[in-house]
Amino acid sequence: MSDVAHDASEFAPPAELEEMELYHPKTWIGKYVWSQDAKTIAIQYAITAIAIGLVALVLSLLMRLQLGFPNTFSLIDPSNYLQFVTMHGMIMVIYLLTALFLGGFGNYLIPLMVGARDMVFPYLNMISYWVYLAAVLILVASFFVAGGPTGAGWTLYPPQSISPGTPGTDWGIILMLVSLALFIVGFTMGGLNYVVTVLQARTRGMSLMRMPLTVWGIFIATILALLAFPALFVSAIMMLLDLLLGTSFFMPAMVSLGDQTAYDGGSPILFQHLFWFFGHPEVYIVALPAFGIVSDILSTHARKAIFGYRMMVWAIVAIGGLSFIVWAHHMYVSGMNPLFGFFFATTTLIIAVPTAIKVYNWVLTLWQGNIRMNVPMMFAIGFVFTFINGGLTGLFLGNVTVDLPLSDTYFVIAHFHMVMGVSPILVVYAAIYHWYPKITGRMLNDTLGKIHFWMTLLGTYSIYYPMHYLGLEGLPRRYFAYGDTAFISESSQDLNAAITIAAFVVAFAQLFFLYNLVRSLRKGEPAGDNPWEATTLEWQTEHTPPQHGNFSKELPVVYRWAYDYGLPGAKDDFIPQNVPPSNVVYETDK
Amino acid sequence: MSTNDNSHYYIPESSWYPVWAAFGVGTMMYGLANWLNQLKAGEDGGTHILFYAGFTVLAAVLVAWYGKVIAENHEGLANAQLKKSYVWGMSWFIFSEVMFFAAFFGALFYTRNFVMVWLGGEGGKGITGDYLWPAFQAVWPIVENPDPSVFPNPGESMAAPPLSQWGSYLPFWNTAILLSSSVTVHMAHTAIKNGARGALKAWLGITVLLGIVFLFLQVEEYMHAYSEMGLTLGTGIYGSTFFLLTGFHGFHVTLGTFILAVQLVRAFKGHFSHDDQFGFEAASWYWHFVDVVWVFLFFFVYIY
Repeated sequence: MSDVAHDASEFAPPAELEEMELYHPKTWIGKYVWSQDAKTIAIQYAITAIAIGLVALVLSLLMRLQLGFPNTFSLIDPSNYLQFVTMHGMIMVIYLLTALFLGGFGNYLIPLMVGARDMVFPYLNMISYWVYLAAVLILVASFFVAGGPTGAGWTLYPPQSISPGTPGTDWGIILMLVSLALFIVGFTMGGLNYVVTVLQARTRGMSLMRMPLTVWGIFIATILALLAFPALFVSAIMMLLDLLLGTSFFMPAMVSLGDQTAYDGGSPILFQHLFWFFGHPEVYIVALPAFGIVSDILSTHARKAIFGYRMMVWAIVAIGGLSFIVWAHHMYVSGMNPLFGFFFATTTLIIAVPTAIKVYNWVLTLWQGNIRMNVPMMFAIGFVFTFINGGLTGLFLGNVTVDLPLSDTYFVIAHFHMVMGVSPILVVYAAIYHWYPKITGRMLNDTLGKIHFWMTLLGTYSIYYPMHYLGLEGLPRRYFAYGDTAFISESSQDLNAAITIAAFVVAFAQLFFLYNLVRSLRKGEPAGDNPWEATTLEWQTEHTPPQHGNFSKELPVVYRWAYDYGLPGAKDDFIPQNVPPSNVVYETDK
Repeated sequence: MSTNDNSHYYIPESSWYPVWAAFGVGTMMYGLANWLNQLKAGEDGGTHILFYAGFTVLAAVLVAWYGKVIAENHEGLANAQLKKSYVWGMSWFIFSEVMFFAAFFGALFYTRNFVMVWLGGEGGKGITGDYLWPAFQAVWPIVENPDPSVFPNPGESMAAPPLSQWGSYLPFWNTAILLSSSVTVHMAHTAIKNGARGALKAWLGITVLLGIVFLFLQVEEYMHAYSEMGLTLGTGIYGSTFFLLTGFHGFHVTLGTFILAVQLVRAFKGHFSHDDQFGFEAASWYWHFVDVVWVFLFFFVYIY
């Protein structure tokens, strides 16, 4: 079976050089700190991202305390509240999710899954992480400077973001923009690496259409990031010019604190266009890797081939392409031309088609599968539910007429936290429970995992379901306190208190997870090389965790796609990608 | 040679360069934030030492790093796969850069075709403009600002004169210079492929020279704009977009010229062969990209 897809003859072996001890790190610090090994860099990315994510989690708890019990705690004042809203959003979207999915899972999984020894540019990979760390540190620094971090909201809309009166217009906004620029620089270097690795470093037989969907998701997401982040970079530059050099790109004529400002004629809407040209693809930069990972986890634990692999791939590509022409659905209330609204509503609803294809295919993958209900599978199924929930409210908000009354209410918060907060985080957990055995060689504790899952899932639904109701009632977002208003019923305050309690339950549940992570490192059950009996290449390495260089002397050769589970007639329940056709045992008795 | 023979594989040795480079970039950017903040507070007497220190570290690391990449290539350590990876890496980088300029052009088009029209009292949001600045005429380039007390009028714009006067129109000459530099860099490329070392040095030298002349003329143009035409970054949206777009293009030309100059030094040191010259080729791609951006700039910023 000449099934080797791409022309392997193009890959000449490297120069005549023994594999030298020289090339493996000799010291502890060389191996774990100043490492160029994609696996170590992935762990560094993941730890940094989760650490800063915990900061953002604490910020959200402080906000919830204020909202749930407005007159009880005096921990934060209104400016703090705005600053926490801003930092919570920015950290969660950019510094946690983007960095974790692409820098963390991308780095760990791409080389292993495509059968490469490392990323094609290991040094570039390394610098990408350290620049990311610098960006995080500069962001954190904004908590400690005069005036504190910016309080402009994570979208940083001008004129608010740079007008006097907004918290953090001295240092905060500058540090935020500089940190974002640095993040983009670091990410561009890492992103080039991921894309080129997928295109260049696949092992023999690993054609594009045999790649696991995880790699597809991360690959397309990285391309989106390379094309979308420049728009954010540009808007950051223009905002800095407005702030510092007195131009007026984004700043209209206005009166602030009784005085006319030194601006006129600029267009805040221009910023919104630039921002959302980045911002909407950003949603899919986070979502596509999640889609890919969840496809692999569902297929593995349902012991069934992914349903409609080709459609899954093309759906990822289609979503990636469409994500560039839907951005103005974030701006229906900005007063743009109704015809634009019509156009963007249409494209937005069209995106539901490939997304629905994916959801149907996940469900059909589960259908009549031999489902093993373990922790990663629970999180993955939880994701499918949550994503459907969040996606349906997306259909509401995608329609202009429905969106107008719901805009800037808690309905929007509920929608995007379901679809972009809870869903990807469930996938993050699914992925950690799924790959932890390969990363550390030990299993995570099952009971703790199940407690973590149920508390997180039920807890987050208790947080976000009531928010839909609050939103329909008209509760506006980003308010520090609501006071006495005619249209907000008194019971909504009780609901807010209940949501706050649920938020603390969810936060508490994460302690089980963190404890599990640390405890299983030493005390977890030894996992063996392939505890889930999975087909993809990362489970076929000789060592667990894989050593520097991933595979031993010979790179694996790939003979099949990643989803040969329960092949009809085959003796084994699963056939790894590197098993040649001649080695597959069939039940010939029948 | 069997491609299955992966028993000898190359994993680069540990290196401090990335850490130092990241340290340099981080320090530089924090220094920049510091600088910007002083600028904002109107106390521009600071030393900006952090910024320069970071920049120096970064520059030193990059010199050492690139030197090492070149040396490794000469030792034959870079295999065919890595070389192809460089090609893909550069392609995607340029693609990302295209989006960078696309965003700038997008901002220009939005400003011209929407915002200015509204300020002039036309279109969906025209009523505000009409009310605030009834006298404002929406004509691009804007030489009469809506409110000259906030943004002083530029004396004149950079708009192109009639064709007959292009002989004394600096941007036209800059276009000619940059376009011919694209040709010369291509000639240098052809020379490498033919193994004509003398021609390579000559053509590449001419290209670098043309790049420097372009930058020199650009600086001339800026000085002329600031001191005689009264067109500055702060003279309304026309000046702002003009300096933003041409400025970032100029920054890219500066980088491109520097990169080509490094290639010139390498050419004199006997680097590049007819089948191994991607360092040069990447530089030339970058140069062509910068050229294409200029063609768009010349059309949309100067002429149209």
